[in-house]
Amino acid sequence: MSTLTADDLRTRVGELLAAHPPASTDRLDFLRARFDAGLAWVHYPEGLGGLGAPRELQNVVEAELAKAGAPDNNPRRIGIGLGMAAPTILRFGTDEQKRRYLRPLWTGEEVWCQLFSEPGAGSDLAALGTRAVRDGDEWVVDGQKVWTSVAHIARFGILVTRTDPDVPKHQGMTYFICDMTDPGVEVRPLRQLTGEAEFNEVFLSGVRIPDDNRLGAVGEGWKVAQTTLMNERVAIGGNAMPREGGLIGMVARTWRERPELRTPELHDRLLKLWVEAEAARLAGQRLRQQLAVGAPGPEGSAMKLAFAKLQQALTGLEVELSGEDGLRYDDWTLRRPEKVDMLGRGPGYRYLRAKGNSIEGGTSEVLRNIISERVLGLPSEPRVDKDVAWKDLPR
Amino acid sequence: MSDLLYSEVEEDLRASVRDLLTDRAGFTSVLARTESAEPYDLKLWRTLAADLGLAGLAVPESLGGQGASHREVAVVLEELGRSVAPVPFLGSAVLATAALLAAGDRELVPRLAGGELIGALAVPLTSAPESGFPDGVSANTEGALSGAVRAVADAPVADVLIVPAAGPDGPGLYAVEKAAATVSDVVSLDLTRRLADVSFDNASSRLLASGAEARSALRQALRAGAGLLASEQVGLAQRCLEETVAYLKQRYQFGRPVGSFQALKHRLADLYLELVSARATARHAADTLATGDDDVPVAVAVAAATCSAVALHAAEESVQLHGGIGMTWEHPAHLYLKRAKSDELALGTPGRHRAALAGLVDLPPA
Ligand SMILES: Cc1cc2nc3c(=O)[nH]c(=O)nc-3n(C[C@H](O)[C@H](O)[C@H](O)COP(=O)(O)OP(=O)(O)OC[C@H]3O[C@@H](n4cnc5c(N)ncnc54)[C@H](O)[C@@H]3O)c2cc1C
Repeated sequence: MSTLTADDLRTRVGELLAAHPPASTDRLDFLRARFDAGLAWVHYPEGLGGLGAPRELQNVVEAELAKAGAPDNNPRRIGIGLGMAAPTILRFGTDEQKRRYLRPLWTGEEVWCQLFSEPGAGSDLAALGTRAVRDGDEWVVDGQKVWTSVAHIARFGILVTRTDPDVPKHQGMTYFICDMTDPGVEVRPLRQLTGEAEFNEVFLSGVRIPDDNRLGAVGEGWKVAQTTLMNERVAIGGNAMPREGGLIGMVARTWRERPELRTPELHDRLLKLWVEAEAARLAGQRLRQQLAVGAPGPEGSAMKLAFAKLQQALTGLEVELSGEDGLRYDDWTLRRPEKVDMLGRGPGYRYLRAKGNSIEGGTSEVLRNIISERVLGLPSEPRVDKDVAWKDLPR
Repeated sequence: MSDLLYSEVEEDLRASVRDLLTDRAGFTSVLARTESAEPYDLKLWRTLAADLGLAGLAVPESLGGQGASHREVAVVLEELGRSVAPVPFLGSAVLATAALLAAGDRELVPRLAGGELIGALAVPLTSAPESGFPDGVSANTEGALSGAVRAVADAPVADVLIVPAAGPDGPGLYAVEKAAATVSDVVSLDLTRRLADVSFDNASSRLLASGAEARSALRQALRAGAGLLASEQVGLAQRCLEETVAYLKQRYQFGRPVGSFQALKHRLADLYLELVSARATARHAADTLATGDDDVPVAVAVAAATCSAVALHAAEESVQLHGGIGMTWEHPAHLYLKRAKSDELALGTPGRHRAALAGLVDLPPA
């Protein structure tokens, strides 16, 4: 790790702003220049959008750039790329792959999706059956993925496949980068309970993936996928927020602005949730401080769980607090949004969408298993599937 | 942004306190002491207070203390919570000392900081920071106190009482020697932190502060107490979780360790989750108290409301998940349960802290 200080970074941001004044620079040009200056994610290596600096210093960069009115890279839309694909490519990619993919991923020019879940393999991801069969320098992929968020706008997907059905399920998997524009990739909208189709079904028929697009060794796909999943949990729970940032802020504002809706019982619940939101915010801050000093705690999974629980309780309260308006919905038309827009929609939408928070990225039940086994060290359930070849598993 | 981690110095401090407590306040000896004629371990207290200097951790060096801060005090409290050691740390080193410091005292503070005297703040342990100034005791123009206070923490072993009383010209904070008061031990729910009812009948006293200064000193002491008690609760909850996990790994029923049953694993995962949040709030409270940040009132209310509930939940789960053994006198679980339940009432219940927050963060009641 380099010995850069907050002041060094302020200087570098100053140089970037001087060379590319935000007011007169094209948005994409600015973002590319920012990447090249190592100010995209400062903890990444030099040449790959970073400076090898402590992760926490990213906050300094963001604050300086926000002050100068610089454009951002719309992190919500490219969340899967930033949160999951990038750390996986950084850890398992070849130099060539890192150079090819990280820059347009970070600038948002290329959106990524995650082709993991299948109709028969959700929580039990290692049961997946999408086949990849080697053919010279290429692999031929056949199968179906499901619940694939933003697949309809994605340029690339991170894809886990089965390459050897004769070994137990955690072996015999291989991880690829899938070009979503390839013939044989078909994306169909999958409407969800909010009315919109944010996720999709993805059918893969005879998709040819060059071996150069493999991440990690053949048969080591599970190990690579673990990196993606761990980063996913931290990414979901862990944004820096001011007090009353996020949904609690909306609920508190409604409370302040609509005295006629107040009841003692709602007041009680509001205060409890306010405290819970503040506690979760501080716990997130503590987790980031731990990461920054290089001591990542197992709190990542806990944060994701806490976040889901809180979002659901808050959005439930918000609908109730909305009186007659709580009975209305803003829009049921089928749309294919490019990002989850929690704050841009009405309370009813927020309530419904928050139900996904305890399912996406690992259900709360599965996260509880992870915490109890890997953090607390409790024994695992008796396993019936451990030593059975994938092809012989009951399904 | 406050620093929510533990520094190396704090970890060293923790290690030495834990070593001492493991050695001298193991469970069997703590339990045996609760039934003895000397429920407090004053020898252990002398080691902690005088030899290790922990009674004066947050006291400036110029007043005979260590010149550290509430962050370190919080770490000591975490360890004391882990062991429910019967020492008057909360009453003397936290509450009485904070009141004296806030009142600008220079005589008693060094003696409390050095462990030479034990102090107690003569308010019911249930007092919340926003409770207002009590009037159960009044002072005449000569400074003679009359009246009574119930449920004063650590008073059974105190040498000096710091008493808020209604003086002839409004509120006053007074120091009274134990001999001048009637201190009657009560049977406390918490066997390891004792209470006494205290009464005064023309007891002579020394005025420490009056008027707004007295009010503020009391509020500051209760606020520091409530904010730091959160750390004791974190330590207690952590210990309960650890002991329960260890037990569930080795207890077999239905041919499996009971800890492999998912119904129990999920309950413990939830407890862990609560503890992660509780620790962050307790650290934030300790850090703001240490730096005198403007955020103290909110940080303390958040920590107090969160950590009380988490400690109690951890202690209750510990009894339940230990099964029959958890119900026995021989098993440590009950000492933790009793401390946790008393701590829930101490220095403001979660409900009172939330009500205080309503005012602090502009969420008015219906
Ligand atoms: C909004 C949203 C977006 C998503 N986006 C993506 C995406 O972009 N890419 C992608 O690959 N996937 C995506 N997913 C899929 C998601 O990862 C899966 O839905 C999730 O992992 C659960 O799998 P499942 O739906 O098959 O449920 P199942 O695994 O069938 O679970 C059914 C129920 O059983 C419980 N359960 C399962 N196993 C256990 C166990 N061992 N112990 C206790 N309970 C258990 C679950 O908690 C759940 O309640 C998305 C899901 C949602 C809701």
